Amino acid sequence: MENLRVLLVDDETELVETLAERLELRGIAARAVTSGEDALRLLLDQDFDVVLLDVKMPGISGLDVLKLIRRQRPRTQVILITGHGSAEDGESGVRDGAFDYVMKPIDIDTLVGKMKAAARKARGLVRP
Amino acid sequence: MESIDKQKPEAEGEEVLLGPDKPDDLGPQGRFSYRRIWRHTILLTLTVSLAPLVLMTVMNYHQYQKALTAEMIHPTSLILSNSKRSLEFFLAERLSALRLVLYDKSPNDLCDRDRLERALRSVNTSFGGFIDLGLIDQNGGQCGYVGPYELTGKDYKGQDWFREVSLRGDYVSDVFMGYRGVPHFVIAVRQDHDDGSFHVLRATVGADTLSHHSVSLDLKPTSDSFIINLDGVLQTKSRFNGEFLETCKIPVPPYRSESQVVEQRDADGAPYILGYAYVARSPFILMMVKRREDLLTNWLALRGDLLGFLLASIVLITIVVIWSSTLMVNRIRRADMRRAEFVHNMEYTSKMASLGRLAAGVAHEINNPLAIINEKAGLMHDLVGLSGEFPQKERFLKNIAAITKSVDRCSAVTHRLLGFAKRMDVALEPIDVEELLKEVLSFLGKEAEYRNIHIEFHVEEKIPSIESDRGQLQQVFLNIINNAVAAVDKGGRIDLWIENTREGQVRVRIMDDGHGISKENLKKIFEPFFTTKKEYGTGLGLSITYGIVQKLGGSIDVESEVGKGTTFTIVLPLKATRF
Repeated sequence: MENLRVLLVDDETELVETLAERLELRGIAARAVTSGEDALRLLLDQDFDVVLLDVKMPGISGLDVLKLIRRQRPRTQVILITGHGSAEDGESGVRDGAFDYVMKPIDIDTLVGKMKAAARKARGLVRP
Repeated sequence: MESIDKQKPEAEGEEVLLGPDKPDDLGPQGRFSYRRIWRHTILLTLTVSLAPLVLMTVMNYHQYQKALTAEMIHPTSLILSNSKRSLEFFLAERLSALRLVLYDKSPNDLCDRDRLERALRSVNTSFGGFIDLGLIDQNGGQCGYVGPYELTGKDYKGQDWFREVSLRGDYVSDVFMGYRGVPHFVIAVRQDHDDGSFHVLRATVGADTLSHHSVSLDLKPTSDSFIINLDGVLQTKSRFNGEFLETCKIPVPPYRSESQVVEQRDADGAPYILGYAYVARSPFILMMVKRREDLLTNWLALRGDLLGFLLASIVLITIVVIWSSTLMVNRIRRADMRRAEFVHNMEYTSKMASLGRLAAGVAHEINNPLAIINEKAGLMHDLVGLSGEFPQKERFLKNIAAITKSVDRCSAVTHRLLGFAKRMDVALEPIDVEELLKEVLSFLGKEAEYRNIHIEFHVEEKIPSIESDRGQLQQVFLNIINNAVAAVDKGGRIDLWIENTREGQVRVRIMDDGHGISKENLKKIFEPFFTTKKEYGTGLGLSITYGIVQKLGGSIDVESEVGKGTTFTIVLPLKATRF
């Protein structure tokens, strides 16, 4: 898939920046921010296929950000990041409209696979 | 998890510790001995129950004894007095008969044999018992005599009886055999004349007349009555106290003017009742001997009843007191056990919940740095992979792989920690028992590995998954397997069986070849606070295990033999009880 654009949202700066770098190496245009507020602000101006969103963040939580994205950018797909033992949060997010969820520590190949699937859905290549 | 709480003191023997939140319930050493309470309760109750009973019985005993003894002895005394008076009257009557003869006839008339013989017939007709009659002058010469022997002219001057009758005026002799070899006694009276001279009329009386007085007493076959003289010689026949005219076995009792009844003991120490009466103006003593048992039959029967009642009451009261005390103390003990179990379950649950929250926090905190390390390692791997060949490339990739592997291991630890935290939530879910046991073993695997303990699974085919609480079941198996690991020596063996029961339940058997548990300890193994781990055990692990299995609707059993090992058997229903 060409020009895949993703937004990474996690309060752990090192994590999102490293992840963004790894995705760039795989040909995915990744932008990293460290709060829900920054993510929402960026989404007002830019279009992303996929948002990788941490569930637990200081300030506005990942699940609240998800709801706002679903309202403002219904075509943008959201993949949630949850910690171990918090699968319930991920499943809850999926019920609220997230495309899928991944658990920390993140397996990059799994993540890329899910992002591509989400992007196809975002671009209308796959019927919902 | 025997070592969760190391603060709690251990229980020993019969002593069980109550909840530490109830210091008022504790003994001086912080322990509560139900056996001591049981003993004190029995002792106190028996004392307050039996003391009045024994006291009343002793008082009644003495009162009855006094009253009945008096009541029984009084008739004996009365009979004896009557017999004494009767014999005294008999002798007085015979002496009076002789006096009448003397006053009725002159000495010269009585020296005439025919007249004396008429006089003998006359007194025998009126009174009876006379064998002969003889008239003796003041010089002791017998001037007249009628009887079976020719004693006319016999001189009695030097004889004791003649001196005595000369002085006293009358005389009654002891019983003796005499010339004829027939037992008899002599009576004599003196008649004084105006000129200062006197005559004595002497008569012989058959001793059988005395026997009538002694045997007339109402006697039982075990009793005896007889007459002795002042020297203790038997004057009549006796059943048990010697032959006629021999010395009586019973010593002569001290003189009393009235009849007496006294209690004495024979040579063998056996008690008997002796009644005696000195017969006035004679050498005779009326004796009556009765066995104490005969005399006191009614009293002894009553005494038997009293003692029987006392004994039966003591036995009955003791049984009831012991039974009720045992019941009461056992109920208190069970209630205390339940309370202690409840309190410690609550404490345990609270502690585990705190531990769970702590574990969850730690896991989350570790998880984020882990994720970063993982991503950094991944990035390094990507960069090295994309770069061209360089001398240490393979070593870089190998080290990055080692970092990633370590991250996975840490991730597994945080996963288990979070899983442990989730056990605090009670929830039923489908569980593969084998998988669950293996998960539990992963906690203890390292220790088993270090100590070279061989753990083997034996899983029957077609074991269904059960619906139960995963966390609680993990707790159960963790406790038991942890104990098994602690019990076996280095190089020991633990076998785990998972089987189907006929009732459609799942049975898990955990068998070790460790030290085993003694029979005495085995009885208490599920009791709270019972532990053999003196220094670090709380005695809660197996009691909590027991409680969890019960709550999940299952059952737990244990078999053990010292030196051979222990087997725990847990049977779980396909669907646990929801609690």
